[in-house]
Amino acid sequence: LGIAGLPGFVSKSMEFAYGTSSKPLAEKRVAAVQTLSGTGACRLAGEFFKRFGLAAGNAIYQPNPTWGNHIPIFRDAGMDVQQYRYYNPANQGLDFKGMMEDLESKPDGSAFLLHACAHNPTGVDPSIDQWKEISQLMKKKKHIPFFDCAYQGFASGDADKDASAIRLFVDDGHLICLSQSYAKNFGLYNDRVGAFSVVCSDPEEKERVESQLKILIRPNYSNPPAQGARIVDTILSDDKLKAQWYAECKSMADRIISMRQILRRTLENDLKSQRSWQHITDQIGMFAYLGINQEQVNKMKEVHHIYLTNDGRNSMAGVTQANAQYIASAIHDVTK
Amino acid sequence: MKMATSRFVDVDLAPPVKVFALTARYREDNHPNKYNLGVGAYRTDEGLPWVLPVVRTVESQMAADPILNHEYLPVCGLDSFCKAATRLVLGEESASIAQNKATGVQALSGTGALRLGAEFFKRNLHMNVVYCSNPTWGNHKNIFRDAGFTEIREYRYWDANTKGLDINGLLEDLRAAPEDSVVILHACAHNPTGVDPTPQQWEQIMQVMKERRLFPFFDSAYQGFASGDLDKDAFAVRLFDKAGFEMMVAQSFSKNFGLYNERVGNLVVVATEPTVLRKVRSQMETIARPMWSNPPNHGGRIVATVLSNSDLFGLWKNDIKTMSGRIIEMRKLLQDKLRQQKTPGNWDHITSQIGMFSFTGLGPKQVNHIIEKHHIYLMDNGRINMCAVTSGNADYIASAINDAVTNVMEDPKL
Repeated sequence: LGIAGLPGFVSKSMEFAYGTSSKPLAEKRVAAVQTLSGTGACRLAGEFFKRFGLAAGNAIYQPNPTWGNHIPIFRDAGMDVQQYRYYNPANQGLDFKGMMEDLESKPDGSAFLLHACAHNPTGVDPSIDQWKEISQLMKKKKHIPFFDCAYQGFASGDADKDASAIRLFVDDGHLICLSQSYAKNFGLYNDRVGAFSVVCSDPEEKERVESQLKILIRPNYSNPPAQGARIVDTILSDDKLKAQWYAECKSMADRIISMRQILRRTLENDLKSQRSWQHITDQIGMFAYLGINQEQVNKMKEVHHIYLTNDGRNSMAGVTQANAQYIASAIHDVTK
Repeated sequence: MKMATSRFVDVDLAPPVKVFALTARYREDNHPNKYNLGVGAYRTDEGLPWVLPVVRTVESQMAADPILNHEYLPVCGLDSFCKAATRLVLGEESASIAQNKATGVQALSGTGALRLGAEFFKRNLHMNVVYCSNPTWGNHKNIFRDAGFTEIREYRYWDANTKGLDINGLLEDLRAAPEDSVVILHACAHNPTGVDPTPQQWEQIMQVMKERRLFPFFDSAYQGFASGDLDKDAFAVRLFDKAGFEMMVAQSFSKNFGLYNERVGNLVVVATEPTVLRKVRSQMETIARPMWSNPPNHGGRIVATVLSNSDLFGLWKNDIKTMSGRIIEMRKLLQDKLRQQKTPGNWDHITSQIGMFSFTGLGPKQVNHIIEKHHIYLMDNGRINMCAVTSGNADYIASAINDAVTNVMEDPKL
């Protein structure tokens, strides 16, 4: 493939994220390349920001907490990795006030990494109204929004809904950067299918940006693998296949949503836990931040043989009809 | 809706990669008799890409296999692939493998393996000097530069007078290299010249590198594809391995499996002690995870399947012989045509060179003439892809070369 990957895949990927009625797409000013899944897109973003000094202080502000790999990716890209407040442990929800304060206090023109939907690891997303406020503040501060979108379609089951934040920002006039992964929503984990895009001011700028992205890609891996990109391109280009994919992706999302409901119901109603487990159903996507501490996590592993990360992040995908009861009992046991 | 002012005003338009710019130019040409001798990919005698029959067989099997899924590979890749690939280049008899002194990490083809190795050299071994042959593959220097090397040097290689190897210049330059320099060596089928050291010359190179404590980094992109013989094409790598070197090999399966776009590669690390390899692998993971997390599965699985099944392996060896055989035939054919047409000059090098490429010895003016007048596209350094030569076009290509050599004078300096 060319350095920028499979052209059909790239263009379908852009429509998928930005929407078919997207103004920047119609105006041919979205620079876009195929990447090695989300990791490759994030790394490319970091190297691009670094090489051209695009971010104030060469810093990237990431939510606290964020996906573990975000930190070394941007560090290895040569940027200064910083954090902004995000998760509120007191209510297992969003620390919106803290986030807005940090957006306000950082230097103008700072780069902010935003999870487009289904925040990893917390599962906590801003509401659409909160996104609107975030967007306005970021405009005022001339911040660079960099969206990491790894769960489009996989979060709510509705691909357009999951892209709401992205499209809101684009409509508000932000020149966003976007990382897309097809690992989860297409189940193509090991095929490394992704894309990186930059909304530019005009088509001429798009050409310049794309040319520099290629210069960054070639000494890394030359050109991306074809297999997975071909699959996604084929599916998104055919109405029947696309509808089939939509239903299959929705079934994954639905299964996870129902597991959340079962877990919460079992804890609150059956086991009569004294705690509130509302956050399990408020949160969205693959992960639930249970709100348990390291000691409790250890007990989950040692006593109940249930493995989750030390921050209490539970992959909801690992919960099934068969084990939901067992898992709920274990959670209850370590928190009662 | 007021748009944000652009931050990208200072982002310049980058020059395109030369070889792709050449292909773009070729595509835009409407001439009925045009040929692209630029990009390095195998073509059939009909001038078409070739999916190896054994690859088609395995892909069909994989597509029908209900057990296979798309779960992430480990960071270091598919273990069966890495082991088989490492064994392929070091050989079944490798003491390094037997003594657990060799390991493989799956990477994004040769480029990815080179980059992984370069990053490791820089970060973990604190090396900063790398030597590339003059000339070398266009991307070698970029890879090491982006990995943070600031001393990117050359060793003499191509002798324009003999159209062969400047062995004395090479040895002199390596003798003068500082200890712990990384030296990129083309395992076989040197790109772009097609000129390989003889076994005796490899011995000499090996001795100098031992004396000067230089670190060999083999780029092995053509094993089997060059001579048709897997062991023969691995001679240099195995020579160094037997001599007890610590070294790395960046293996690509783009050409010998025709899996160009699936990015199948393996970084082999050979150490003198087995105990260090676990640590080395852990550092490779630390580098790879923030680059690509884990490598793509499809191509690696195809290669692993073929290499570990004796029937499929036999079929693959036939496919390799088909490709290398056709290239060798085309070399002979082109040479014959050039001589038949009484083209000025000595054309021995067309058949003494090996692999995909031939350094014709044509200068930039002659190259330009061939492109403009004859619509035959080749690199300005005179490199042609022998795979693009067919029984149908050999005559035409020979006459274009003849015309250029006869009628276009190069600057004497060259």
